[in-house]
Amino acid sequence: MLTPKNEAELAKIIAKADTPLRIQGGGTRPIGAPLNCPCLTTTGISGIELYEPGALTLVAKAGTPLAEIETALDAEGQRLAFEPMDHRGLLNTKGTPTIGGVVAANVSGPRRIQAGACRDFLLGVRFVDGQGRIIKNGGRVMKNVTGYDLVKLMAGSFGTLGVLTEVSLKVLPKSRSTGVLLLEGLSDEQAVKALSRALGSPYEITGAAHLQKGVDGDPVTMIRLEGFENSVAYRAAKLQEVLSEFGKFTVENDQNRTTAGWQWVRDVVPFHNRDGDVWRLSVKPSDAPEIVNNFSGVEAIYDWGGGLIWLLVPGNSELAASEIRQAVATKGGHATLVRGGYSVGAFTPLAPAVAGLHRGLRQQFDPKGLFNPGLMGQVA
Amino acid sequence: MEMPQPNPAILSRKAELVSRLQEVMPHDAVISDPSETRVYECDALTAYRCAPLAAVLPSSTQEVSDVLRICHEMGVPVVPRGSGTSLAGGALPTADSVIIGVARLNEVIETDYENRFIRVQTGRTNLSVTGAVEEQGFFYAPDPSSQLACAIAGNIAMNSGGAHCLKYGVTTNNLMGVTMVLMDGTITEIGGAYLDAEGLDLLGLICGSEGQLGVVTEATLRILRKPEGARPVLIGFDSNEVAGACVSDIIKAGVLPVAIEFMDRPCIRATEAFAHAGYPDCEALLIVEVEGSEAEIDEQLEIILEIARRHDPVELRESKSADESAKIWLGRKSAFGAMGQINDYMCLDGTIPVSQLPHVLKRIGEMSKEYGLGVGNVFHAGDGNMHPLILFDANKPGDLELCEAFGADILKLCVEVGGCLTGEHGVGIEKRDLMVHQYAPDDLDIQMAVKDVFDPKWLLNPAKVFPLQASDTRREQAA
Repeated sequence: MLTPKNEAELAKIIAKADTPLRIQGGGTRPIGAPLNCPCLTTTGISGIELYEPGALTLVAKAGTPLAEIETALDAEGQRLAFEPMDHRGLLNTKGTPTIGGVVAANVSGPRRIQAGACRDFLLGVRFVDGQGRIIKNGGRVMKNVTGYDLVKLMAGSFGTLGVLTEVSLKVLPKSRSTGVLLLEGLSDEQAVKALSRALGSPYEITGAAHLQKGVDGDPVTMIRLEGFENSVAYRAAKLQEVLSEFGKFTVENDQNRTTAGWQWVRDVVPFHNRDGDVWRLSVKPSDAPEIVNNFSGVEAIYDWGGGLIWLLVPGNSELAASEIRQAVATKGGHATLVRGGYSVGAFTPLAPAVAGLHRGLRQQFDPKGLFNPGLMGQVA
Repeated sequence: MEMPQPNPAILSRKAELVSRLQEVMPHDAVISDPSETRVYECDALTAYRCAPLAAVLPSSTQEVSDVLRICHEMGVPVVPRGSGTSLAGGALPTADSVIIGVARLNEVIETDYENRFIRVQTGRTNLSVTGAVEEQGFFYAPDPSSQLACAIAGNIAMNSGGAHCLKYGVTTNNLMGVTMVLMDGTITEIGGAYLDAEGLDLLGLICGSEGQLGVVTEATLRILRKPEGARPVLIGFDSNEVAGACVSDIIKAGVLPVAIEFMDRPCIRATEAFAHAGYPDCEALLIVEVEGSEAEIDEQLEIILEIARRHDPVELRESKSADESAKIWLGRKSAFGAMGQINDYMCLDGTIPVSQLPHVLKRIGEMSKEYGLGVGNVFHAGDGNMHPLILFDANKPGDLELCEAFGADILKLCVEVGGCLTGEHGVGIEKRDLMVHQYAPDDLDIQMAVKDVFDPKWLLNPAKVFPLQASDTRREQAA
């Protein structure tokens, strides 16, 4: 395990390296077939560099534990609005999630539907490229179109283009209160219709999920509202009217229970410690129920109003992979194998022209082929 | 402003090029007569002009692909052009280039309210995207001030923002998919009607790449339901520092206004003389707008007003009606025009950390005296995106150069305090040579390496973004 203590040391290691490396932060979100090569971790490059609550900006080294950042933000009544999930329960991993890992995997939770993804909150990066050069892009300001946006490119690149050393993030104030509309018993089709209706209303939904099996085993549809107390109450009442044809939604206002409920969705808790592969599908919301209906014996959690499907798939990984990818390709979208038999490749294979661009970028950023070889960019 | 020498070999093959283009396009879509190509000699940065060799107006992705393939084969540079509203010279041609104008690509391809997106051809104007969905109560959020004229193609190229991006984000945050044609004519599909496109974030990379990686012909854009209402409040202060502190406190308080606009005294005075909006004569003025139902707006404004009162405002004006709201916005919306009445102006858009506002405004004031050129500041304070308007006289020899030097000093200051050269207008040719102040050679090199991947011959939108010196070797090798 290589654990450089700072950016300069990391750059030196990469400049000298001539064999592949597995790049990781806290190692809580492994993806793809395990690589049989030395691991390089950024956990030694840690610490919050700058936090200006009045400017909604935080700059931290890549190896900074996520918990440390959340504690600092909490003290000022702020948060990472993209609500990154904790993968440890789902993947049965131990260790400490880092902010660099969150960014490298572009991890975004239920609030992504309204606030945006991790990449939308990423203002700047520093990273070491495959030649051992220290590169910076973006900065710490909210609006920046100076040169090409490598900031977005690095988010979700899973360590294949460079090793992140520092990230700047936009943070947001926590909301003062939360209300959650709940209804049991809807079919997948009805639920996604109800979520679409809610998301198409002016009432600023910050979470829209449907679980085929809620806590007590029945289907449950959840819609989250956040903001000032009166505003949440007002919007909840309006939404109940808008959604009345689907049934009578109840409103949960207890802060502990609403927090726990959305953490449960965020971390895909219903699939913890259960047999089967776990897939993550990004699709057009109205296509979601039909895609899920293609498969028997699966269990689905719909987030992002149906645009995100978590699928628990028991049985033959390879058969499932080809069927899932076929179903998604037909409708438009992509499917990632988050947990399971990695012989099928974690990421959706790409159209040849797009795969060519991926290859080209990797060659430029990592000419020695050091970083997580084979992980992304397969051709369809 | 230095531009590369036109390639004489290309200039001499103009007739051949035009005839090949006419083979794949209707004749009226290929413009080559010098009297007609002059229309394309500049964009909104009118100080620099150069007519292109030819201009084409394709009506389909396939035509764009055909044109690019021909230009690629003949080694002809291509300058993609939206509506030509760039303030940074992003669409400035070279004499040996072909302009691809997207004006005829203006169809709405699909609107889907259930899934909240619209798919359009990219020549469509920003405002007409909202126009296509507003009957159903929806809108497209990014709202650059040129939105009546500017095309989605240009918005994507420059990653345009607007007054309301404090809440809704800029173009890149609202773009879900594109059809993009590469320089060799290859048509690519990236993303679509779903969130977070597959693979590396090419959408993020394309957005803001100033038309140098490909020509985007179609775009899937996120649309949102309009809020129930919106209302602004106007707050006047007798110092920029206090106004800056107030902005910071509002943001910290947990209210998220859709817009926080800032005007300084020179700008307030010019605006008052021009638009008579009834603004107070004070040092600094904020316009803060919030959204929601009537009750929600009241609740948010109450918090904002309470914060403002703690900072001893000289004026506090809460809108009580649509008319009053319009009046509050009137001055802000006329600010550029008002400054233009006084003299020619150059508009900058460096961004700074919000905490640096007072310091930067003070320094700009000092520099204004040193240079002997007036400057007014009107900008998006919530996100630190400044818009200093430097006044100069285009007819006075030397004034433009003096103004550019002043502008460069302001932008260097923005970088010094932790900000950047451009928040929403783009680099274009205007800030190309300043890039070395923000980025080290390696930082620029890896950006240019991205262009190597998408456009190995370096034909797309030449001489923009990167200092010519930095890209010399690459361009020579590619030629």
